[in-house]
Amino acid sequence: MSRLRFARTPSGAVGLALLIAVIALALLGPFVAPNPPDEPIGVPLTGPSAGLPLGTDFLGRDVLSRVLFGGRSVLVLAGAATVLAYLLGAAVGLFAGHNRRFTDAFLMRGADIALSFPPLIFLLVLTTGLGTSVSVLVVGVALVQAPLVARIVRTATAEQAVRGFVEAAVARGERTTAIVRRELLPNVAPAIMADVGLRFTYSIILVASVNFLGLGLQPPSSDWALMISENRSGLDLNPLVILAPAALIALLTIAVNTVGDAIARSLGRSSVEAP
Amino acid sequence: MSAGAAAAETTRRPRSFPLLRFVILRILAGLVTLLVVSVFVFVGTEVLPGDAAGAVLGKNATPEQLAELRGQMGLDRPAAARYLDWLGGLVTGDLGNSASGYAEGSARPIWNEIEGPLVNSLTLALLAAVLMVPLSLVLGVLAAIRAGRSADHAISFTSLSVVSLPEFVIGSLLILVFFSWLGWFLPISLVPPGESPLANPSQLVLPVLTLLGASLAGSIRMVRAGMVQALDAEYVHMARLNGYRERLVVVRYALRNALAPAVQVIAQNLQYLVGGIIVIEYLFSYPGIGKELVDSVAIRDVREVQSIAILIAALYIAINIVADLIVVLLVPKLRTSL
Amino acid sequence: MEAALALEDLRVELRNGVAIVEGVSISVAPGEILGLVGESGSGKTTVALALLGYCGRGVSITGGTVTVAGHRLDTADERATRRLRGRIVSYVPQDPASALNPALRIGASLRDMIDEHRDATTVVADPTATLGAVDLPSNDAFLRRFPHQLSGGQQQRVTIAVSLTCEPPLVVLDEPTTGLDVVTQARVLDELRRLRADRGLAMVYVTHDLAVVASLADRVAVMYAGRIVEEGATADVLKRPFHPYTRGLVESIPDHLHPHALQSMPGTTPGPGERPQGCAFEPRCPQRRPECVERVPPLEASATGRLVRCFAWRETPLVVLEPVPTSTSREAEALPLLRVEDLAAEHRSPRGPAVVAARGISFALARGGCTALVGESGSGKTTIARCVAGLHAPTAGQIVLDGTPLAALARGRTREERRRIQIIFQNPYDSLNPKRRIADEIARPARVLRGLSVAEARDEVAALLERVRLPARAGNRFPGELSGGERQRVAIARALAAGPDLLVCDEITSALDVSVQAAVLELLHELRRELGVAVLFISHDLGVVASIAETLLVLEHGLVCEEGATPTVLEAPAHPYTQRLLAAAPRLPDPDELGVSA
Repeated sequence: MSRLRFARTPSGAVGLALLIAVIALALLGPFVAPNPPDEPIGVPLTGPSAGLPLGTDFLGRDVLSRVLFGGRSVLVLAGAATVLAYLLGAAVGLFAGHNRRFTDAFLMRGADIALSFPPLIFLLVLTTGLGTSVSVLVVGVALVQAPLVARIVRTATAEQAVRGFVEAAVARGERTTAIVRRELLPNVAPAIMADVGLRFTYSIILVASVNFLGLGLQPPSSDWALMISENRSGLDLNPLVILAPAALIALLTIAVNTVGDAIARSLGRSSVEAP
Repeated sequence: MSAGAAAAETTRRPRSFPLLRFVILRILAGLVTLLVVSVFVFVGTEVLPGDAAGAVLGKNATPEQLAELRGQMGLDRPAAARYLDWLGGLVTGDLGNSASGYAEGSARPIWNEIEGPLVNSLTLALLAAVLMVPLSLVLGVLAAIRAGRSADHAISFTSLSVVSLPEFVIGSLLILVFFSWLGWFLPISLVPPGESPLANPSQLVLPVLTLLGASLAGSIRMVRAGMVQALDAEYVHMARLNGYRERLVVVRYALRNALAPAVQVIAQNLQYLVGGIIVIEYLFSYPGIGKELVDSVAIRDVREVQSIAILIAALYIAINIVADLIVVLLVPKLRTSL
Repeated sequence: MEAALALEDLRVELRNGVAIVEGVSISVAPGEILGLVGESGSGKTTVALALLGYCGRGVSITGGTVTVAGHRLDTADERATRRLRGRIVSYVPQDPASALNPALRIGASLRDMIDEHRDATTVVADPTATLGAVDLPSNDAFLRRFPHQLSGGQQQRVTIAVSLTCEPPLVVLDEPTTGLDVVTQARVLDELRRLRADRGLAMVYVTHDLAVVASLADRVAVMYAGRIVEEGATADVLKRPFHPYTRGLVESIPDHLHPHALQSMPGTTPGPGERPQGCAFEPRCPQRRPECVERVPPLEASATGRLVRCFAWRETPLVVLEPVPTSTSREAEALPLLRVEDLAAEHRSPRGPAVVAARGISFALARGGCTALVGESGSGKTTIARCVAGLHAPTAGQIVLDGTPLAALARGRTREERRRIQIIFQNPYDSLNPKRRIADEIARPARVLRGLSVAEARDEVAALLERVRLPARAGNRFPGELSGGERQRVAIARALAAGPDLLVCDEITSALDVSVQAAVLELLHELRRELGVAVLFISHDLGVVASIAETLLVLEHGLVCEEGATPTVLEAPAHPYTQRLLAAAPRLPDPDELGVSA
């Protein structure tokens, strides 16, 4: 199937393998963790030892187990936020792109204003007003990404809407929903696919950043970003407590972005955002 | 275009001071955007009924103490009035008093609180920006000119990897290398209040490098993409067919037309840089407004959050306006249609 | 005197060794204009670029020599070749708008050419002289303009001026007038004739348009599938072609002064890598012999100095032009099928004022008849067509179908009304949904507008594919696998699937090669004959409408300036605009000697 063509390129294959490995670790980690993530089990901030290959954190908990438990949160939260962003943004974008009138200009002006606000500050403002909760985080990240998705979908839709086969459908008097579903969506899909990697990567970055600032998931959660934040002062005693989660976040985001880039290139597009 | 239209094009009376009008209009538009943003910031922070006075005094406050503090903080007035008050204050430069100030029993103006950190942050941002802009141009253009060859592969692969990383991960990895392993720099960048951050430059290295890394990677990728596109333009082929030297073709034909998109790209990444400061200051405990903002959010000091948010938003918008102006100056088609 | 151009045995290959162009030899004397003619896939642009020692990406010159005024351009020395470009041989591109650096003023663009070639041995003309040569002002105000501030014709003349800067012995022009309107094209061609007369410029003029070549070139070389198949004096070749392909080409070219039925050649041009071992034209040739399959015919010289690449060239019959088929319309009927009354339409852009596209348009179309709307771009003809099809809401007037006024937009029309009017678009690469199979695409109108079941629609699709002369297995393909001409046939089949009474054809052949265009127009004739369907034909090409329409409406800037029966309008135009159009349109030589059958 041509959808998996990207997996045949060297970067696509490596990225995919890496991605599967990290996701597996994150999702299956809790089942193979040797120790519970929340229980102190040794002297705080000691280096690797026999039963604790990654040592202990600032409260004496097993770093390896915490790391195995800590990937789920960022994956699930970032995933949910991305899906929500697409539902919102694609709906707005399809609608705006097909109705090249006042609604389009209005919606895009709104998107432009939304995009002129620093995303992290948006999330911090929401957190100030609504408190630190998981749902605030997910909805907040979705709201940050939705205008970007809307813009991309709207541009792609507007491009397709003037093509002959769409106009032929209009001349046949087909209903708007039928035109969007049969003519526009299949031809807008490549533009969306080329962008998916970037969107998901950015969601992960935002979720992790808010967790890092201590304004997302709260202790005793073993979220990777939170781990880095909590153990900052113990750096010189057990660097692994920072290295392990940092490396895993890095591998995850690099893998997602590499796969996304390979998909975009297999579709003949660039995954680099246009100015 | 028909001959008639071309004639019309040249006989249209040029408007007076077109560039000035453009700048003023853009600034006005920016102010309108800022206004919309301020509404959002106000509503967003004060949406929960749980009020700031309660956050300051804690759970053990008596109703009388709460009422008195609310009066002092002006929380007993209706929302619309509070918003207009705040707006008026912003315009005149009075940002109000910080909640943490009330907690200590005095009325501390927010401006005094954030003045120092603001300067620290601007120093950090400027240092990173001054490095980021030329580096992204040089490396991005280089990668495009040598597209497909080893220099390009190296630059593209590195930037693709780095651009994926959250800023705090870049910072953490840099700390691990330069502190835990090499022992060259400290992971904390403390600047005593009142002292200039430049007094002890070695503590600026890691934060600046981190800031640089995140924004530079994205910028290089986009500059490269724009330049690759420019190198493929018809007028570039024509210049080669006319027998021009390759250096002239690359600089005067390709690069000259890739500059405007590059400016937009660099502006976008400067904004990213401004946003990234928050996380980086928190990571390095650098006393800038980013760290100040996070601390304020943690204790729900609504006034201070609002003030810092608006300041940073204004900076964001200002970057946009400057970028738009430079783009208009660079692209003849836009300049002549002003 | 040495030849301006001596091209010998040029071979250009793709990276995988497949030849794009082979065995091409051309010579051009000083002051001579050679027309290089071919359709898409013939390799003419590749040859044009090779004349400057230049190759596109992934392509390289692997054989032959390129010698311009004694200088070799095919050597491996890229620096030496680069210095010759622009100086010994220069290039005029197809699209002037994209060929000029948008960031440089005109004066700067001209000065670049001067500065880059300034050295002891080169004569360099200053901007005043070169601009004067192409009839452009050379004052400061003009030199300070940017390319986007010039009209298409002015832009093209600037690129010509740039190409003349070093007074090169040879100028290569690659379809330089294709994007221009007819009147501007005529002016540019005049300019070129004058330059040749004044300066003794030698030119290689690459084009697909035989009529342009007829009016400009001394000699013509015809290319097919990467080889030259015929070469000789222009008038001779066009009046009495020896190669069967050239003959087929001449018979398919529209002529507005002597309208004839456009005859098509069966089959399609093979692309690189698809060429057979023998003569590439053999599969389509009416004169083929057994030896044509075995080996490639060599170029033979005739007694009159003609070169032909054909074993059977002596048997090529004279060009025979059939008259236009008689009309099938029922003019006598009282009620016309379609009546447009006082139609007006606008274009509204988001920030500017509304632009009037058409005003006061009234005409009638009889059942089974064919009316053409002719005009340049901006004349409003496409807007009117879209109003008829229900894609654009008019601002005044009405469209009446069989006595009943139609709603402005298709959404508001009844299913019957939508079924009876179908539209076919200009761009074959846009008119089909790339993600849907051909059969599904064709079936859609039958299902939506006629309520056919899946099984009934399937039968209908098979019948339609046959009617538009496409193989049955095309139904299973995706549009990306078909050529432009094939896609246009599919678009026609899709329109027919609704069983319409009126086909609105919006420049449906403008994006096609001449021979492909002839085939599509032949198909249209057949459909009118067999199905009695009426056609509203929009075009800018007077020759094409001459071969197909009974009534002509000439449009200028949204107004009808002339209307009447086709022969009348073409032979005795009343309106000055029509007269200008007719005078400017290039045409083939007088067919009196071509034996038009009665």
